[in-house]
Amino acid sequence: MDGMIPPFARAAAGPRLSRRGLGAALGALVLGASLPRRMAHAEGAAPPPPGTRVSAFLEIHPDGRFRLLSPFVEGGQGIATTMAQIMGEELDVDPARFEVECAPPGLDYAVVDGMRMTGGSSSTRSSYAIMRRLGATARDMLLRAAATRWKVRPEQLVTENGQVLHRQSGRRLTYAALAGEAMALPPAETVRLRDPRTFRYIGKPFARLDMRDKSTGRAAYSIDTRVDGMLQAAVQHAPRIGAEAGDFLNEAEVRAMPGVHSIHRLKDAVAVVADSWWRARRAVETLKVDWKPGQGGLPEDFSSAGMLAALKAERGTGAVAEEKGDTEAALRGAAKVIEAEYDAPYLSHAQLEPPSALARFNADGTLDLWLPNQMPELFQGAAAQVAGLKPEEVRLHSPMLGGFFGRHFLYDFANPFQQAIQLAQAVQRPVKVIWSREEEFARDAVRPMGFTRFRAGLDANGMPVGLQAAVVGEGPIGRYFGAAMGNPPVDPSMVEGIVERPYAIPNRRIDCVRHPQPAVIAFWRSVGHSMNEFFYESFLDEIAAAGGKDPFALRMELLKDSPRQRDLLRAVGDLSGGWKRGPYEAEGGKRARGVALASAFNTEVATIAEVSIAEGEVQVHEVWVAIDPGSIVNPAIITNQVQSAVALGLSSSLLEEVVYEKGAPQARNFDAYPILNRTRMPRVRVRIIESGAPMGGIGEPGLPGVPPAVANAVAALTGQRVRSLPFSKTRFGAV
Amino acid sequence: MIELTINGTTRQIDVEGDTPLLWVLRDTLGMTGTKYGCGIAQCGACSVLLDGQATRSCVTPVESAVGAQITTIEAIETLPVGKKVVAAWVGGEVPQCGYCQSGQVIAATALLQQTPKPTDEDIAAAMTNLCRCGTYNNIADAVRHAASAA
Repeated sequence: MDGMIPPFARAAAGPRLSRRGLGAALGALVLGASLPRRMAHAEGAAPPPPGTRVSAFLEIHPDGRFRLLSPFVEGGQGIATTMAQIMGEELDVDPARFEVECAPPGLDYAVVDGMRMTGGSSSTRSSYAIMRRLGATARDMLLRAAATRWKVRPEQLVTENGQVLHRQSGRRLTYAALAGEAMALPPAETVRLRDPRTFRYIGKPFARLDMRDKSTGRAAYSIDTRVDGMLQAAVQHAPRIGAEAGDFLNEAEVRAMPGVHSIHRLKDAVAVVADSWWRARRAVETLKVDWKPGQGGLPEDFSSAGMLAALKAERGTGAVAEEKGDTEAALRGAAKVIEAEYDAPYLSHAQLEPPSALARFNADGTLDLWLPNQMPELFQGAAAQVAGLKPEEVRLHSPMLGGFFGRHFLYDFANPFQQAIQLAQAVQRPVKVIWSREEEFARDAVRPMGFTRFRAGLDANGMPVGLQAAVVGEGPIGRYFGAAMGNPPVDPSMVEGIVERPYAIPNRRIDCVRHPQPAVIAFWRSVGHSMNEFFYESFLDEIAAAGGKDPFALRMELLKDSPRQRDLLRAVGDLSGGWKRGPYEAEGGKRARGVALASAFNTEVATIAEVSIAEGEVQVHEVWVAIDPGSIVNPAIITNQVQSAVALGLSSSLLEEVVYEKGAPQARNFDAYPILNRTRMPRVRVRIIESGAPMGGIGEPGLPGVPPAVANAVAALTGQRVRSLPFSKTRFGAV
Repeated sequence: MIELTINGTTRQIDVEGDTPLLWVLRDTLGMTGTKYGCGIAQCGACSVLLDGQATRSCVTPVESAVGAQITTIEAIETLPVGKKVVAAWVGGEVPQCGYCQSGQVIAATALLQQTPKPTDEDIAAAMTNLCRCGTYNNIADAVRHAASAA
């Protein structure tokens, strides 16, 4: 389902997306207008295809620096280092010598199957072949430049970490000395790639390039950006999306506050511009606004409790997302039928860097814009519309991200750059807008609420013969890409993780029942998988219990036609010291384990969690993860991404829930929206398996197996089946 | 005018006395290594050393820091312990997005200055800063490594 890679930038007439091609995290397609048209109408001769022009990706400076312009933004996932490893391997330059930056907007960087984004766990797998080829092409140009200079044949030359050598004569030149001539040469049509058996960097735990800067405070994020003459702005959003600012009740008082430059009415917010952010914030929070109900937005009576009740009451049949055999007949003939309903709440991204945007209009009318984003061309187009400019008149800067997890796509009401542009226009000075943590919680776009109703039929031997599921709600693919896709009845981001499971259940039917949600919904790390594997793998344990089977053994049996997943399940069992469910005694208390499989972003994952109960709450002690992404670039980065995915999977399932009342989210900071702290972090052990399958994603697949592995362990320990997240809503008795 | 001693240098600051130290550092002085995360002392991204104590600068009125030795992440490697902590952070490849890590390094430095050989309980008690990337295991390993470094 999430094979990914939407080819929307290919279509001159606008996006046309295949259902198959769209499984992964993409931004809101407000884009439509700007990017494809611009790409289709490039001036003059046809531009080279994306990912082929060496000079767009690589600069070799006379002082010996190698600057790599990456199509992707670094936000902790290690993509800058990964890009340097791949390019360095073929170019024959130690990746540690690269400086990696996120490239500006441009057609050259549309390497994710014709478009550009950092998301959908797609970066490495989409660009692996492209970056290898670019590196090899550049190396070939350097070899030919040296051959010309020395009047020898290129085949007589070799390279060695940034130098070209002529062994016969002992001559050598640095790439820097050759770069000018080399980059003027036409690139070769075909270049020879390095034999993978001789890789020095790819496949190795190469040290991340940004560790020193990030350990010494030198790493610069959007929020740290400053330019000469800049003013700063803070906002007070409407108490509910849709409300409009009426009169200011204490304008004179606020104007007289220190440092205040001006007060502004914006869509959905009021702003104060001042000479420092703290003064702006003080002033805007002092400002008393007569908010009017306004038109549209979130209904005044919207609540998450009401939303869940509506999803549960939805009895529409929806559209078939997957069907095999005759499930109704199988359930009628079953020896035993079980049913269960599962739900998961709205979630906030809660990345630690609050959103910001800095806008500066230049004397020539162009705009420089700094902002956190996962899709530069999309934001460039949107910014141009706001500013009344052409996209190419907007210089968009994409600094390192202080976490993202799907936060920095373009969502309604959820980005501060429109405010920065309008304020900069109004005050005729550069303006940086920062959202306070409270304003961020008020406007972050949320992971959708999920609800799924299951039925399963078991035969006399306790084996499942039929499985039926109705997945109810709305997903971000349908919301933001539905129209571009021709409004298909099945939203892949709703059903991924419930369809296309590897288990040999002979009859199954999965329905996608669409029920719109008024909240501004978002992509969130692993998208639909972030809850759907919890639903499915928990219910699979209920099937095992109903059939009197061990959940690990049942999975093994159901994987008889899925050798890749069976190997992985065996591997995670071994990694955990051999499968044991428990309960058993350990460290003076009772513990138990649960297991779950996940298939996400073309990567397979098997997870085992060990839990106990302390003071009525779930404690997770150990998590073992076996992950098979097919093939890999950096095992150390993968291990850390799995650690991170485990942390976020645990955080969300143990603690997190965005509660809406009266049309607004209630929690506005980490005191009321707790996230995982150090005391709740389990030990995590990771085994990477390279099965040789096509390369899968890394950033997200480690997450989906965690909530169900924990739920299944809790059920083994307490007999209590948690079907509604987060776990913190349930108090557990002593075991 | 408020007089502060930051990283060994005396600075004259003209702001309201109740301005949080965080925003004096970031806006008035342009020292952006110290991060804003929550503003209510929940996350610890804004941690600085105040006379050696890890302190959440987002809720520290600047006037209360007068007379104290303020050390920020920018000068952390001038402290022998801070230098070891940074080396452990780099060697252990602790950061992911990195946004919380200035505060984590500050917290670890304060801990190891006061308790050179911390127990796991000491580490748990001192390292309370939030990390959304979930680097907690690498953080604990790096603290232990820095403590064991000569």
